[in-house]
Amino acid sequence: MSFYEVYSQYKNLDLEKEFEGISSADISDSLDLDVLEIHHLIALLSPQAENHLEAMAQKAHAITLRYFGKTIQLYTPMYLSNYCDNYCLYCGFNKQNKAERKKLTLGEVGEEARFIAETGLKHILILTGESKQMSPVSYIKECVGILKKYFSSIAIEIYPLSEEEYRELVAAGVDGLTIYQETYDEEIYGKMHLSGPKKDYCFRLNAPERGGNAHMHNVNIGVLLGLNDWRRDVFFLGMHAKYLQDKFSDVEIGISVPRIRPQAGNFRALYPVSDKHIVQIILALRLFLPRLSISISTREGSLFRENLIPLGITRLSAGSTTIVGGHTLGNEDGKCKMEDGRNPEQFEISDKRSVEEIKAMLEKRGYQPVLKDWMHI
Amino acid sequence: MEDVLKIGSKEIKNRLFIGTGKFSSYPLMKQALEEAGVDIVTVALRRVDSASKTENILDYIPKNCTVMVNTSGARNSQEAIRIAHLAKATEHGNWIKIEVIADNKYLLPDNLETLKAVEVLVKEGFMVLPYMSPDLAMAKRMAQAGAAAVMPLGSPIGSNRGIKTEELVKIMVNELKVPVIVDAGLGRPSDACQCMEMGCAAVLVNTAIAVSKNPVAYAKAFSLAVAAGRLAYLSGMPSQSEIASASSPLTGFLRNNNDKP
Repeated sequence: MSFYEVYSQYKNLDLEKEFEGISSADISDSLDLDVLEIHHLIALLSPQAENHLEAMAQKAHAITLRYFGKTIQLYTPMYLSNYCDNYCLYCGFNKQNKAERKKLTLGEVGEEARFIAETGLKHILILTGESKQMSPVSYIKECVGILKKYFSSIAIEIYPLSEEEYRELVAAGVDGLTIYQETYDEEIYGKMHLSGPKKDYCFRLNAPERGGNAHMHNVNIGVLLGLNDWRRDVFFLGMHAKYLQDKFSDVEIGISVPRIRPQAGNFRALYPVSDKHIVQIILALRLFLPRLSISISTREGSLFRENLIPLGITRLSAGSTTIVGGHTLGNEDGKCKMEDGRNPEQFEISDKRSVEEIKAMLEKRGYQPVLKDWMHI
Repeated sequence: MEDVLKIGSKEIKNRLFIGTGKFSSYPLMKQALEEAGVDIVTVALRRVDSASKTENILDYIPKNCTVMVNTSGARNSQEAIRIAHLAKATEHGNWIKIEVIADNKYLLPDNLETLKAVEVLVKEGFMVLPYMSPDLAMAKRMAQAGAAAVMPLGSPIGSNRGIKTEELVKIMVNELKVPVIVDAGLGRPSDACQCMEMGCAAVLVNTAIAVSKNPVAYAKAFSLAVAAGRLAYLSGMPSQSEIASASSPLTGFLRNNNDKP
């Protein structure tokens, strides 16, 4: 059994119709109970729940404090390569963008690592575009070998791998897997991913469980809000997270719900998502899965990110860049320019604050920034 | 004679142990530890960054405290053992609280894997205190394997529900020769007091103190409650009864009866 079977079971669910049957009592029930069922998730995602956001927020806040305390774990992304074989309509790295491509040499990986480590961060998320030829597993392993000297936890956000390949990377020192399905709607998925290996919906959908089988310590999934009706995608995201929690009771499951923002290619959200709905999404997921790790993207503005923290956020990225070599190379040396002179960022970052600034903000808001929360064992 | 809890060669005066994971800042945590006057704190090795000049949690532990490193994050005995070995590299590595959790929903410990880790680490010379679900047979095995104490949970970690496992913990207190320390789930000082009245050797609290509005005062309140509960236990508490004792007893006439066999 894989999550695809769960998806198939629910894909024809008429959520609109389900919402019509939701009453205030259903939402109150969801706030009173400790263990929520699928119909509670539907209630919390319903349009009616928009009238209960404050009550939902109070409970989400209390739950988050109980399980995670007054702490926020910090990490930063590090882009290794932007070579990509995919043509995904929404992505700045898609192969139709005539950006000059770059892959860090191992020496540059070391330089980036040293620079990031200076900030005190111990958790790193390494990313590549999807080109198995240009950034093969062997290259990722070499990079991990270098990064292990500087960081206590290394997570990957790269193209989906086989279970055996995940095992290889775990053995090399990787402990976290991040892979977003972007949208759970198979049809829309097909329309968004025009060519390249990413077209394979199922191989991507089942990647988190291959990572779980390979004994990753944490697995993070997500949707790219804006590609589909958010209520549908977030319903399946919640179902997927629950499926993974149930199947891998010893793996920490996390989610993220990045929202489409302008980037190279100027793709606009097909289904725009409001701030209020982002709040509803985070609250619904926190109440549905109290132990879920939740991060909030730097695509969101500084103040909005801050306001979301008490609602259930447990992880934040800081000092972020979506440029290959962006921590040290910046965009001044000409290596990272697109034909039209813009940076080949994967997407535009809104919250550009440094690690020091994010730390200061958290302390001011009564949260302990946690720089180290794992180690190579 | 002064009432002290002896674990290994360590004489422990304050029977409130505090966990360090969830405070809003290290300076605040330090203040709470000082105000409560604790002797034993537990620190997750995953949070220790010995290389950091400003962010090393161990720098915020009062000097008089003994640090019990915990294996938080371990999912099986091998991972717990590896974490214990890494802990040895810190100056506080000898006291190990074994935490083996393969349940990301309720955070309940895996007793069997915990026992395996106890067996190995005791032989290696660690002072081992296993966190466990209250189970007498398992606790006996852990004690037999050389655990210095056993740490049954009061209710799930972070739940603040108090001592929901009371009956099982009472049996452990009655039957075990090693100290029984209730760890996890205590939300109020009265919960801690209740554990001590039951005869528990100590309690360990983290979430309730760390996330309270005033952790420094709340830590102190826990410390006082633990001391009060312990004193009550030592005083020999009168037994409780659900029926009143009648002031005009029905068999009173027997007292004045000169009836002799």
